[in-house]
Amino acid sequence: MLSWLPEHPDLGRALSGARAIADPMDRLRAAVRLAGHDRDVVATGRVDRLAGDGLRGGGPDGIAANGLSPLRIAVLSSHTVDHLIPAIRVAGLNHRMALSIHVGAYGLYRQALLNGDPELADFAPQLVVLALDMAAVLPGLPLGTSQDEVEAAVAAAVEDLRLLWRQIRARYGAQPVQQTLVDPSPSLFGSFDGLVPASPASLCARLNAAIRSAAREDGALLLDVDWQLPPRWGEAERVDPVRWHQAKQLVNPTFAPLYGDLVARVAAALAGRSRKCLVLDLDNTVWGGVVGDDGVEGIRLGQGSAEGEAFLAFQRYAARLAERGVILAVCSKNDDAVARAAFDQHPEMALRHSDIACFVANWTDKATNLREIARRINIGTDSLVFVDDNPAERALVRRELPEVAVPELPDDVSYYAARIAQAGYFEAASLTGDDLSRSRSYAANAQRAAAMETATDMDGYLRSLEMRLTVREIGPIDRPRAAQLINKSNQFNLTTRRRTEQELEALLKDPSALGYGFRLSDRFGDNGLISVILARPDAAWPDDDLLIDTWLMSCRVLGRGVEAAALATLAKAAIRRGAAALIGEYRPSGRNGMVASHYERLGFSPVETPSGAAADARFWRLPLAGADLPTPFIAVELIQ
Amino acid sequence: MTEAELYDAFTEVIRDVFDDDTIVVGPETTAEDVEGWDSQAHVMLIVATEQRFGVRFRASEFESLRNVGEFVALIATKLTSR
Repeated sequence: MLSWLPEHPDLGRALSGARAIADPMDRLRAAVRLAGHDRDVVATGRVDRLAGDGLRGGGPDGIAANGLSPLRIAVLSSHTVDHLIPAIRVAGLNHRMALSIHVGAYGLYRQALLNGDPELADFAPQLVVLALDMAAVLPGLPLGTSQDEVEAAVAAAVEDLRLLWRQIRARYGAQPVQQTLVDPSPSLFGSFDGLVPASPASLCARLNAAIRSAAREDGALLLDVDWQLPPRWGEAERVDPVRWHQAKQLVNPTFAPLYGDLVARVAAALAGRSRKCLVLDLDNTVWGGVVGDDGVEGIRLGQGSAEGEAFLAFQRYAARLAERGVILAVCSKNDDAVARAAFDQHPEMALRHSDIACFVANWTDKATNLREIARRINIGTDSLVFVDDNPAERALVRRELPEVAVPELPDDVSYYAARIAQAGYFEAASLTGDDLSRSRSYAANAQRAAAMETATDMDGYLRSLEMRLTVREIGPIDRPRAAQLINKSNQFNLTTRRRTEQELEALLKDPSALGYGFRLSDRFGDNGLISVILARPDAAWPDDDLLIDTWLMSCRVLGRGVEAAALATLAKAAIRRGAAALIGEYRPSGRNGMVASHYERLGFSPVETPSGAAADARFWRLPLAGADLPTPFIAVELIQ
Repeated sequence: MTEAELYDAFTEVIRDVFDDDTIVVGPETTAEDVEGWDSQAHVMLIVATEQRFGVRFRASEFESLRNVGEFVALIATKLTSR
């Protein structure tokens, strides 16, 4: 029934084992763990008993020590609800709530609210659930009742409910939560039901509509069993007539785990314990296939196939969640640039970079990445929902971060959105303009926070960028862009030697020459090819020295230590070639003054200008033996 | 399912519902013999039994049950008539 929760391999045995634990708080801890598994009404009752002593006797400190928020709920009803109460408490545990529940005397809700109930006052509920059946709200009307008369009767019935809501506030200072109505009576007219104003089906629908709009006006919350509790689950019906006649149980006991969760969600929303952030895996979660293997054009997304449509629909659902204020994040095992390329280049992506407040694609384990995502967005890991098609990743995160919600997913992505909706992670107690613009502000905040760190802590800022420098020998792929940079770069360009693509190719054919292209990516994106270095032996210098013929870099990545990382890479390559030193050259062009002391900054020593060199050129030398070239904050990957 | 197997399975259901692995029942066991077996627990026991054995009891059936022996016999009848 709780299909988003993982199945326990042997819940019965685990429950029996946990019952033997001596300390009530340890039993409570075990109950919290077991509450996070799919469970039927009987097992749910056992979890409740397991938690009971700890919940009742733990006191505020014990409750808080288990990460639970306390909340007092009174359930006032016109029908039997006792069979649902354990399930509410257990669902509470799974929503990190310690719920105390008071059940009003059967059928005496009106007296309790209008005349007062000392016991209820003593309990001091923070939330009062008003669970009524059709007959209690509006006894049936003759089938001939006109539309206008039905409207008048509905208005009167709802006015009565509003009076009760006011009493809940005035007398007990509690938040009213109105359960919507479910009509157990069978259809009278079939499809014609809706055309008869006083048919039971019409009346129930009309009442629920009126209840919803009154609640909206009055600030009451809804426990919308009409919409949220499915009418059927397998063989079982939401309202089982046998149980109704036997025990006046309106809600079928087999539905108790789900009903309990619906109540706990509302409680969690009120207590600010709803989830805040949806963290999405990418490959086979928001598109079909593996972008790293299949390429951007090879992933399955969008029109043309049922699977592609289903992934697109799931993306759209996530985008709608973002619209209502749920923060989106990405946690994917991928090369960052590859993952981002799909967002930037795939024409059918419904999710945009701008929807994602925090984008993490790397090869670190996902538990570590989820901690990092929570840290960057500045929320707790217990606010995260992590969606991943891979059961192994789900299991790892559940083990490492039990406070993260990790829904079980069906095999077919077509059901992903419904599954996440069923889990009720993002239940709300209000909807504000802030919610509607939250995602954008979180994304901006993350960047603002990074900018703030710049002012106070440069190292922290650079570390937070998570830069990765990918270095490749300039080959056919990078050559056009490298040539473009060689011919365009002015400011960060040590020698301003212009070369055509063909000249560049010819130079690099010489096996004694080195030519590297550098790509920098960071958590804000891939900066592409940002630097080019060409080095070669030169007749003016000893044979085992390498002259840095060309060194240029895009100014976009200035001040990030990319130069030092590039030098370290070059030095390694030069050492492999048997070079003893690097020779740096600076040729002023009138526009490259910013790099006049480039080599000094990197630890090179000035040397005399050799004869035959340009008069205004200056030279430096860096012996490679024992050179210490740290590259803090940048992970360098050299691809041969 | 033999009668012994039926009793074993039903005992398991009762132990789960009352959350007590020490409960032992026989044909003569009644609600008075088991702590907590009140009318609400009785409904839960019916529900759990229906789930465990995949059977459905009529409203008239479970009201007349006087002891575990009759309960198990009813389950057996349901299972054979399925």
